[in-house]
Amino acid sequence: MNAIWEAARGALGLIASGDPTLGAIVLLSLEVSLSAVVFATLLGLPLGAAIAVGRFPGRRAVVVLLNALMGLPPVVVGLFVYLLLSRAGPLGSFGILFTPPAMVIAQTILILPIIAALCRQAVEDAWIEYEEQLRSLGARAGGAALTLVWDIRFSLLTAVLAGLGRASAEVGAVMIVGGNIDGVTRVMTTTIALETSKGDLPLALSLGLVLIALVVALNAAAHLVKDAALRRYG
Amino acid sequence: MELMPRALLALAAAVLIAPAHAQQRFITVASTTSTEQSGLFKHLLPIFEKKTGIQVRVVALGTGQALDMGRRGDADVVFVHARPLEEKFLAEGFGVRRFEVMYNDFVLIGPKSDPATVAGARDIVAAFRKIRAAQAPFVSRGDRSGTHFAELELWKAAGIDLAKEKGPWYRDTGQGMGPALNSASGMNAYILADRGTWLSFRNRAELAVLVEGDRLLFNQYGIMLVNPAKHPSVKKELGQTFIDWVISPEGQKAIAEYKIGGEQLFFPNSGK
Amino acid sequence: MILPLRIENLTYVAGGRTIVDRLSVAIEAGPSTIILGANGAGKSVLMRLMHGLLAPSSGEIAWSERDPERRRRRQAMVFQRPVLLRRSALANVAYALKLARVPRAERERLAAEALESVGLMHLAHRPARVLSGGEQQRLALARAWALHPEVLFLDEPTANLDPSATREIERVIQAFDAAGTKIIMATHNLGQARRLGDEVLFLHQGRLAEHGPVDRFFSQSASAEAAAFVRGELPWN
Repeated sequence: MNAIWEAARGALGLIASGDPTLGAIVLLSLEVSLSAVVFATLLGLPLGAAIAVGRFPGRRAVVVLLNALMGLPPVVVGLFVYLLLSRAGPLGSFGILFTPPAMVIAQTILILPIIAALCRQAVEDAWIEYEEQLRSLGARAGGAALTLVWDIRFSLLTAVLAGLGRASAEVGAVMIVGGNIDGVTRVMTTTIALETSKGDLPLALSLGLVLIALVVALNAAAHLVKDAALRRYG
Repeated sequence: MELMPRALLALAAAVLIAPAHAQQRFITVASTTSTEQSGLFKHLLPIFEKKTGIQVRVVALGTGQALDMGRRGDADVVFVHARPLEEKFLAEGFGVRRFEVMYNDFVLIGPKSDPATVAGARDIVAAFRKIRAAQAPFVSRGDRSGTHFAELELWKAAGIDLAKEKGPWYRDTGQGMGPALNSASGMNAYILADRGTWLSFRNRAELAVLVEGDRLLFNQYGIMLVNPAKHPSVKKELGQTFIDWVISPEGQKAIAEYKIGGEQLFFPNSGK
Repeated sequence: MILPLRIENLTYVAGGRTIVDRLSVAIEAGPSTIILGANGAGKSVLMRLMHGLLAPSSGEIAWSERDPERRRRRQAMVFQRPVLLRRSALANVAYALKLARVPRAERERLAAEALESVGLMHLAHRPARVLSGGEQQRLALARAWALHPEVLFLDEPTANLDPSATREIERVIQAFDAAGTKIIMATHNLGQARRLGDEVLFLHQGRLAEHGPVDRFFSQSASAEAAAFVRGELPWN
């Protein structure tokens, strides 16, 4: 308990100090995870909606698989992307291993199933309400699905936040594909891992609290946006 | 509400385009976690960068993994401390030439209570035998690192066949130096560590240096350029510049100047 | 013209139950048609079959227009619960027009006209979902009517509304009827049937038990089931 209290004081101290190295690490963490969320959302929402309203052979298997992929271990994703981007691998010539784009790619793959699966569930539930009316008005399946996604966008925010949470929290993928290079690919989670392994547990704990505070702040902001929008649009 | 998506897209695009404007010249060096955690690079690399404008990006792994990174062509230079493994790397044709850079030493860390009564002696092989006899808890890195390799050599020198004689007292953790020290600290166990990581390790609990100074604990570092014949993408000029600097009098001086708490960690010996 | 509609031996089976049973009827342009029947008699399913939301298990639904796309455009349906998008009232109507490929320039004008016709113009820019139940249903009607369909299906449109909202909806329906739209409406509400209907289709357990002018249905119903229904003695199946 005392350690946590000390860490809380340490966390406030870190934030107040305005240390530029810490600032750079926080900024990179946000850049990487938010970018991954953007891409995973752009890909995942249409994917989830399509599976939700589509009727095709093997659909149930696809749904089960998509749900299961929500639990993809980050370190496995990291390994997979590493093998792809390694010079010895198929995409090595792009030379993006050990750079932030590699981390964005790995995190996008990691959280895409989360956003797609949660979107699928939300759209499937809403489809029950909307389907007849939309079909009566003459909407085709594809267009109807996208109209639905836009209409339930505030509920889908939860799916997006789930993805953001997973991306900000993981260390396995970004460690392997980023290499935790000082000043280049070091993010909050890999820094915490590094300080822990160096035995500097108080610093690691303080950084951990800073990270948690950051994610809480992001979630709170999203919540406020959602509330304001709900009041406007019903 | 419509501004947000656009702003986020711009952000994402910026991150992806970033490498394009990392026009600064850089090399990728595969090294070991113990070297990085000793803090040597934080001291050394800015000096090199200031002089040459070349950014050195260090990926820190275990020695085995670092050499594998070189084999895959994902690094330009490898800088590790396990001579037999380095020679194998060279023999396989993945390295151009090996240069000695510096040495540090390993120390036997253990609980102050010292159940195997090894403290104060210089003979590391005898200490290992005593630990085995007492079945005192011993943490091994088990991760194909230089330190792990050195540890295995010592068991061999003590005539102990680990495969037969290991028991619950021998904890093979598969971790880097720092995490392994954390485990040893938590278990009050013996562990072989490099002095550098030990000096910067903060979570000592009941642990202390019990045996040091034996010649067998001498830990030599070597540096090699990854062979551009095997991997054309290797930045051979920039990589060689770094190697040349590290073994030059200027680089060697910088290495010697690195201290923790007034104690020098690494002893340059490139002989150049 | 998509009417008249000829239905031959229409059957719909689902979950092992026969919900519509060999139903044959001719629906002509002109008189407003009320579909009556107890719960589970098959009213809603019949309307959905006619509108094309469900496919028959057997039998024929023959409109006078062969092309399915043209056929769909000439129909619209209002459901018991209005399903509106999270947009303004005007935008909801405009969305329907967009689906019908009405050019953008005309959409707003036509949408405004539709809102005007149901008396909702003053709420045009209010979010549709914050409107009252009655207003929402009127909006659904405006949306359905914006394309001037030939046939308007209504599935128990006032079942969830209070009496004054119900009266407003009925006024709108009567106006559409007077303007020439064919009304096909399912309802429980006998008073409503009398007020709005010209002819009655009475369904009992999926079969067409009676078909005739509304006055005759209420005063001298031919079948025993119809008589029981009118008296309010609805037999449970």
